[in-house]
Amino acid sequence: MLQVRVWRGAERGEFQLFEVPRLESQTVLDVVTYIQRRCDPTLSYRFACRVGVCGSCAMSVNGQSRWTCRTHVSKVAADDRLEIAPLRNLPVVKDLVTDMREFFDKWARARGRFQGDKRRTDDFARVSPESRERRLVDASIECIGCGVCYSACDVVTWNPDYLGPAALNRAWTLVNDVRDVAADQRLMAVAGDAGCHACHTHMNCTERCPKQISPTAGIAGLKRLVLDAAVKGRL
Amino acid sequence: MNARSQVLLWGAQRASAMVLALCVVVHLATIIYAVRNGLSASEILGRTRGNGGWLVFYAIFVAAVAIHAPIGLRTILAETLGWRSRGADVFAMVVALSLAMWGWRAVWAVFH
Repeated sequence: MLQVRVWRGAERGEFQLFEVPRLESQTVLDVVTYIQRRCDPTLSYRFACRVGVCGSCAMSVNGQSRWTCRTHVSKVAADDRLEIAPLRNLPVVKDLVTDMREFFDKWARARGRFQGDKRRTDDFARVSPESRERRLVDASIECIGCGVCYSACDVVTWNPDYLGPAALNRAWTLVNDVRDVAADQRLMAVAGDAGCHACHTHMNCTERCPKQISPTAGIAGLKRLVLDAAVKGRL
Repeated sequence: MNARSQVLLWGAQRASAMVLALCVVVHLATIIYAVRNGLSASEILGRTRGNGGWLVFYAIFVAAVAIHAPIGLRTILAETLGWRSRGADVFAMVVALSLAMWGWRAVWAVFH
């Protein structure tokens, strides 16, 4: 049997202990689902795809932010004990559900929306897969918006205005998109104390990202581009 | 403070860090070399008095410290105490000027 402590309540609350049968190839999401279906139907949590695509099931597992649908119990519960809590750095709505609004609002603040200048009647843009820009995009584009990096980032904890690794990674992806025409405005949006320059390169985001993206590398790239723009008076 | 100024401060801190890395190595190597026969004020002053090379070196060292440390202090104040107002910027500037003034005063004292 697994001894599972699960956060109950909102910002204030406490851990509740459940016993869950240990099964082969069991994921942490399986454990949470078992608790809700067999032990306490009032437990709130989020999930959708169960296969690591949607990014909705991220939680804190034994103190580390993880995507629970792809985290096997055998990997994290060496002594058959689990402590499952909501993601850090986000307001808790109830139990394991966090309010993700600020997380996604920061994507918008970082100008995380593609802005092109082509019409549907124009020809396709041709981007070589071998080009430097496209390779940089490849390295950062697979973000699923799970919030694991944001939850793992100490700078977000210390500086609530900080845009965070996911939003900055998105900005970096678009800065390298040769079809996008809002690069300078985007650099302006991610500049300064609440933007990329607040990053201390702790690399918690890179360590924890379930998609093996390195937001730290993207943030470092943004820092260089923004400094160049500031020195040349484009900011 | 506007975003451009914040970015330039970040750039100044990185640039001053590069200068400091070099200065600290030279400074430590000098200490190790200088203390091989014991350390005395007369020996230090014998090396620095009237030596324009050391004057320029330590003047640059002090300038790098005066730029680097207050920018970092400003971030620490913001992140640990939540002090993000203009007052924090002024405080960091006062620290910068103090470090520069006392540092250059000391450099001049061992040169003159």
